[in-house]
Order: sequence, then structure tokens, then C-alpha cells
Amino acid sequence: MKTTSTPEIAEIADKARAWACYDCGKCTATCPIARVGGALSPRRQVLAANLGHREDIITNNALFACLTCGLCSSRCPAGVVYCELVLNLRQLAFHDGVEPECPHGGALQSMMRMMAKGKTKQDRLSWLTKDLKVQHKKGDVFYWTGCTMYYDAFFPDFNITTLDATRAAIRVLNRLGVTPVVSPDERCCGHDLLWNGDRANFELLARHNVKLVESSGAKTLVISCAECLRTWNIDYQPFFETSPPKIMHITEFMQENLDNLKFKANKEHTVTYQDPCRLGRHLGIFDPPRAILEALPDITLAEMPRSGKNSICCAGGTWSNCDRYAKHIQVDRLREAKSTGAEFLVTSCPKCQIHFACAMKDPNLHEEIEIPMRDIATLVADALAD
Amino acid sequence: MTPTKTKRKAKSGSTKWNPNIVVFACNWCSYAGADTAGVSRIQHEPHFRMIRVMCSGRIQPGFVLKAFERGADGVLVSGCHIGDCHYIFGNERALEQFEKTKNMVRLLGLEEGRLRLEWISAAEGARFAEVINDFTAQVRKLGPSPLNTGNGER
Repeated sequence: MKTTSTPEIAEIADKARAWACYDCGKCTATCPIARVGGALSPRRQVLAANLGHREDIITNNALFACLTCGLCSSRCPAGVVYCELVLNLRQLAFHDGVEPECPHGGALQSMMRMMAKGKTKQDRLSWLTKDLKVQHKKGDVFYWTGCTMYYDAFFPDFNITTLDATRAAIRVLNRLGVTPVVSPDERCCGHDLLWNGDRANFELLARHNVKLVESSGAKTLVISCAECLRTWNIDYQPFFETSPPKIMHITEFMQENLDNLKFKANKEHTVTYQDPCRLGRHLGIFDPPRAILEALPDITLAEMPRSGKNSICCAGGTWSNCDRYAKHIQVDRLREAKSTGAEFLVTSCPKCQIHFACAMKDPNLHEEIEIPMRDIATLVADALAD
Repeated sequence: MTPTKTKRKAKSGSTKWNPNIVVFACNWCSYAGADTAGVSRIQHEPHFRMIRVMCSGRIQPGFVLKAFERGADGVLVSGCHIGDCHYIFGNERALEQFEKTKNMVRLLGLEEGRLRLEWISAAEGARFAEVINDFTAQVRKLGPSPLNTGNGER
């Protein structure tokens, strides 16, 4: 098991292959923040890390301006793992008392830290409706709900219900004959705390959650939220004491069982798909969502010019990057989505929906960028034949 | 002046537990109400820390949640009466924010009695004392917050 000790900068640079950088600058040229005028230069950060300029890096705003969307890494010819570098440098910064300026007054970070303390009994399942079949303790399939119930309570004015996707996922699982475990003792996965640099609280959450899933005896863990999935797939691995269950995104699970899903005819729809950064570039899950959209009757996918590996992120991943550059990126992205002529913007991460919904609130741009959003699971659940 | 300047120590031999309460008060009404209570020498429970903000509309969920995260046993949000806001509609915003806060607190599993919203005007010194006494008694009944680990640390 990993410890909470903070590695030194040389070690961090070494692990992220910063030494391989040959200063070509592709990272800074592709960085979505740099492209809209933000002061972030991945290249400079890599150089500073190589030189061991701890003070510079940590006090530099650029460290927390990074979206950790992974676009630069995907273009880097030297294979520098920039996200890994940022992740570890932020831990170093946190250790030195530097934290990001949390949007929403840090409410969401407080929520996560309260869950990390874990002394309360959360009201985690009151959103379950009667038609959803779940169990609470043991079972073969564990469905990880993520924190959508909190998001809906916190963003009542956004006109989106991220819980719809959670309910839809369970509906699809039920249709496949699966009664998933949905646990009242689930806690936040800690993704955002980890990416804010707060490793100690992340570890508390990780230990609890891993133990919870292990004790359920589940062989498969199905997750809807792209960020939770990344955390489980990558960051939780050292915490498993037994061999980890098969961790799947809901779209992967649906793709595997597509033959058992019967769909009814739909009203014709053109949709476009937003690849969440965690699902796409971090985990390489590009095809399953597309395969599902393909399989749905009467749904046509109109890809955005920048899609798949080149997709642009919603610019708000870790509740730490909200500024005018993020807004710029969101507005650009929504314009791009509208330009495809799609009726819906489909995604598979609650945060993409939240951040785009926020951008759409701009009264000056209203019609230019407004496009209804759907989570992919709700499309599938709505298309299920009776 | 500190509105908390009343009898601090419990009577010797008393083992009554005293809660840590955070009070958010707006500059124009509630904070002045506390001041009125003070200059009128109205005795009230002293187990709270007051945080003054310019308007109750400033008190967003993050403030309250942070207080709970750091182990506050109760949080009182206070401002001008509806219609009396120094900034016309700030307290209406406060109400919206408070609804959000309440929902988050409920989901997180803290008792609803640990959080309260009260409108207190600058003239209502006696009412301020009354609210504080009542809320302190209520929180005392609930006991220490489960998140109160004693050191205010995360």
C-alpha cells in the first residue's frame, strides 16, 4: 500500500518521464488553456520540473490552471506523462500549503472531506425509485453511483438532472437481468481531492471504498461517471488487498450485452458525442459509447470536428479551474457541437453536463450555444423496447 | 466590541457540554442586533463565534459546509428581515443559498437541527439573545457533531 509521504521533485519528474522532453513545444501549442490565452505552458512546467525549481512551480498559478485533460500528453512525441507530473506536483504544492482557488466557495471540497471523515450516515439512496431493483449488501455486480445526488442538490438552477443517468443505468442493468449492489455506504471516490493535491483525504476515501466493494463480493464493478472510473481503474489499484473486480464503464457493460438489449423505434435524432477527458484520453474508452449510439435505432451520430482522441474537455474537471479561459473553452465547444446540426449533445460524465449547462446560462449567447444534453445511459434506457 | 463577552465558564462542578457554534451575521442587521444585545447587557449563551459578512447574500454553502467540515456543532445563518435588506434583495439570495446548503447537509447525514436561518434586525437585541439561547439549547441536545474531531483540523 502506498504511503502519504510526498516524493521529491526529481522523483516526480523522473516518474512522469519529464527528462525525455526535447523542448518541441507541441504540448503548449495544443494546450486548450494556452490556446485561449491562458498563462499555462506545459513545456515551461516540464522544464521547471527538470530543473527542480520547486518554488517556481508551486507558487506559479499555472499548476492549478491545467485541466489535466491529457491532450498535450497525447501529442507528446517524447511520451512525457504530463497529467502524472501535474498530479504529483499538486500534492507537493498541497504539502507546502498551496491549494487551488476552489469554485463554489469550496463547498464541494468540503463535502468530500466530510465524507473522508466519514462519521455520518449519508442519505445516499433516497433518489431510488420503486421500479429500480437493487440490493444493498452482496451481489455479483456492484453499481457505483458516484455523487450525482449531491450535484443535483447543489445545482438546482441548471435545469439538468444528473441523477437521470444514474437511474437510467440501473434500469438498463435491470433489463439485462442484473440486480446491482447499490450501497448506502458509498463515499465520494476522491478524484477531485486527489487532483487538488489532497492525497491524505483521498487515501481515506480510497481505503473505505475499496473495502466496501471487496466486502460486497462483487466480481464486476460498473461505473457511470468517467472520473470515478478513472479513479477506480488507475488510482485505486494499490489499495486492493484481494484481486480487484472487473471494472467497467456502463457503456462497456452495455456494449458487451448489446445482443440482449431490444430497442424500439425512436423519433429520428441526430446527436453528437462529447468524449469526457477521463473516459477518452485517460482510459482509452472511445469506441464503446459510439458502438452503442450506432446500435440505437434512428440515432445518427454527427461527430464534432475535434472528437475522439482530439476531443476538447469541458474545462472544469476537478472543481478547480473555473475562470474565463474555462468559459471560453466551453463556449467554443458548444458552438462546435451546434455546428454539427445535432439535436442533442450526448456525454457520459455528469461534470461535462454541469459545466456546459453553466456556460449555457450566459444570457448574451443563449441561442448561439444552447443545445439540450443527454447522458448516454438515458438514451439507451429510453429506447428499451417494452 | 465582542458580543460573546458574557459569562464564559460554566459553574464549577457543572459538567454540561458546551457546543461550538458558528454564527454568520450580516453587517447591517444581525451583527448590529448582537451589538444591541451587548450594549443592553442582555445575558445569553456565549458558546459561539461570530463571523461578520457585509450581506447575508454572501453566505454560500461553501462557508457553512467548511464550518461543519472543521467540526462546528451548529451553524446559524442570520441577516436582515425580508424587505429590509441593506442591498434590497441580498437576503433573498441568502434564502436560495440556504436551501441548497440545507439539502447538502441533509445528504451528508448531519442532523437538520444543527443548521438554522434567522432574520434578526439591528433593534432586536433581545431576540438575538433569545435565538442564541434557543439554538444553543437545541445543538446541546444533539450533542457534539460527529465530524467534531476536537482539533479543527481536516
